[in-house]
Amino acid sequence: METQTIKSQGKTNKATERISGSEAIVRCLIEEGVDILYGYPGGAIMPVYDELYKYQGKIHHVLTRHEQGATHSAQGYARISGKVGVAIATSGPGATNLITGIADAQIDSTPMVCITGQVASHLLGSDAFQETDIVGISTPVTKWNCQITKAEDIPIVMAKAFYIAKSGRPGPVLVDITKDAQFEEFDFAYEKCTHVRSYNPVPTTDIIKVKEAADLINAAKKPLIVWGQGVILGKAEEEFKAVVEKSGIPAAWTILGASAIPTSHPLNVGMVGMHGNYAPNVLTNECDLLIAIGMRFDDRVTGSLSTYAKQAKVIHFEIDPAEIDKNVKSDVAVLGDAKKSLEELLPFLEEKSHTDWHQKFKDLYQIEYDKVIKNDLYPTKEGLTMAEVLKEINIKSEGKAAIVTDVGQHQMIACRYADFNVSKSNITSGGLGTMGFGLPAAIGAKMAAPDREVVSISGDGGYQMTIQELGTIFQQKAAVKVVVLNNDFLGMVRQWQQLFFDKRYASTEMVNPNFVAIAEGYYIKARKVTKREELAEAVAEMMQSKEAYFLEVCVEKEDNVFPMIPTGASVSDIRLE
Amino acid sequence: MSTEDKQLYTVSIYTENNIGLLNRISAIFQRRHINIESLNTSPSEIEGVSKFTIVVNIDEVNIKKIIGQIEKQVEVIKAYYHNLDQIIYQISGLFKIKSELLFEEPQIQNIIKESNARIVTVNKAFFILEKSGRKEEIVQMYNQLSKFGIMQYTRSGLIAVTKEEMKISSLLESYNN
Repeated sequence: METQTIKSQGKTNKATERISGSEAIVRCLIEEGVDILYGYPGGAIMPVYDELYKYQGKIHHVLTRHEQGATHSAQGYARISGKVGVAIATSGPGATNLITGIADAQIDSTPMVCITGQVASHLLGSDAFQETDIVGISTPVTKWNCQITKAEDIPIVMAKAFYIAKSGRPGPVLVDITKDAQFEEFDFAYEKCTHVRSYNPVPTTDIIKVKEAADLINAAKKPLIVWGQGVILGKAEEEFKAVVEKSGIPAAWTILGASAIPTSHPLNVGMVGMHGNYAPNVLTNECDLLIAIGMRFDDRVTGSLSTYAKQAKVIHFEIDPAEIDKNVKSDVAVLGDAKKSLEELLPFLEEKSHTDWHQKFKDLYQIEYDKVIKNDLYPTKEGLTMAEVLKEINIKSEGKAAIVTDVGQHQMIACRYADFNVSKSNITSGGLGTMGFGLPAAIGAKMAAPDREVVSISGDGGYQMTIQELGTIFQQKAAVKVVVLNNDFLGMVRQWQQLFFDKRYASTEMVNPNFVAIAEGYYIKARKVTKREELAEAVAEMMQSKEAYFLEVCVEKEDNVFPMIPTGASVSDIRLE
Repeated sequence: MSTEDKQLYTVSIYTENNIGLLNRISAIFQRRHINIESLNTSPSEIEGVSKFTIVVNIDEVNIKKIIGQIEKQVEVIKAYYHNLDQIIYQISGLFKIKSELLFEEPQIQNIIKESNARIVTVNKAFFILEKSGRKEEIVQMYNQLSKFGIMQYTRSGLIAVTKEEMKISSLLESYNN
């Protein structure tokens, strides 16, 4: 049983102190270096909140306006700080409201610990007031979860939770604590977890595989690197840059890999995938070697697997053995932490420049520029484009802002056109595609990096899914810059309806409220832009603001995001119009 | 996945004995719409370590992916897959039959004798037969007995040990170091 196993693994010799379970929870958080957590109180978690009140000098609780907001804020915090984000909620509806954020964190490998209150243990399974089987519900979307019914288990479970959340391929962990366990007193001592018997978070890098990879790389005539978030999670930005520069290989990124090396880097050839750049998508099916680093061949990246890079040999650098050959069969798999693997790879690499191969990327970029990018960034038509808003933000922030996006057209545009010159600058919901992610995630991001400019970019649809978090921004005085690109549509769905459903715009047109009035209702400075002439000045005003600022930009209603790979098509069949 | 490539694979999973793990493991099969043919869990040869034996009808490419997903679970120590030639296995069947048939139908006595089945208990109303062996043998016995009327019938999941050694103990030692 859980308790027995946990007990046998936790051999603590530290001096103890008799405290309640709820105080123990807070003390565990402090021991783990948590100084901020996001949550929402309720009946079954009240003892812990009472302790948080006592410890508010050491740990800052952020009252979000919805538990979903708490998870997304914790995610934003984690993504930019590299630390574990913490969210807390009560039982029943409080706990179930965390699920979207947990699922999002699971698929995007975000370290997060969620703590939920639970009804008293004698009521478990009785359909008690605000009881849900949150351990059962969260099982498929957590890296690990556990229910605590005895106070004495708290330190060991909490230590294990933090260790599992942040080690190896990170992920969300949920700890559910019955109310009686929160009240119960026990002898508290804390020891951090450094090892779980059945869990091997970082597989050992096999030097033979590294050499095999190096041989393939050195022999390749047309190699292409596709990197993912593994580079950022592994803190391997330096090693990665060195590998790219020494090997001279064009490197493209997945949406979550963005910013590991700057946009302006000459070997950075752009984004792959459904709305990625033309050149890396087309040339994926022409390269002779595909080097995947810390990415998982998501279907939004690969398009049709039956044609994806079939001509190429594939090297896969990956921390999670279950990702090897899951979607794309690799010729050489190098398991392990990206930092270590790339560090070991570097000395075996020959210096190369691949000039002719690079020219192909440049030629295709020119085609994309002429057909798409030029019109997006320097439109000649009257309506504002989403891309020109990003262009202004790039100028005013010098490409140093952390861009937190929601999900939809604006997200793809932001990823395509934002300058990411600092690592961890693209905070977005990649795998789950969670509308409503952006605004609360930006709060967490700003709190993790108060010195950085954090710009939240949403569409009018996703923004309204968590619009209540404006209240959190106001109460916390979080100086987030909130931009809504308003086209009065659920734009991405509308684009699909236009292209694949004969323009039958079923339930995608939105009649929107007065967004400025709503922001002002929360005492947030706000402005609306409808004309191109006002844009630069409005963005400048926003970026200069020391406080939170809301900017609504009314953009072209029926603008599409191109390039685009239709679902199920080959990456090389990417459409420019 | 073409049906021709599918075969019965036995999955052996060594795990910590934790609440909720069965849920995590069964969810891996559920998500991929893979029907579990049989499932057995029990303590293993190592103290505190449980063993799952799961039988599924699947192709080799997919069983490898499933094994990867299973091993990814924090509390799973190691997972293996084997085809039926690589293991020694047994299943057990229990048959509840009216006692009068034991005396009135001499054929039933012959079935018991020839099949090496065992009478577990007998009372006035019914007797219980137990038969261990391969699935086909249990099914064959069911077919033979069913014409006389079976009051209750149940069959266990497959339990298996491998012909090859599975070095779990040394693996656990290496994890501990």
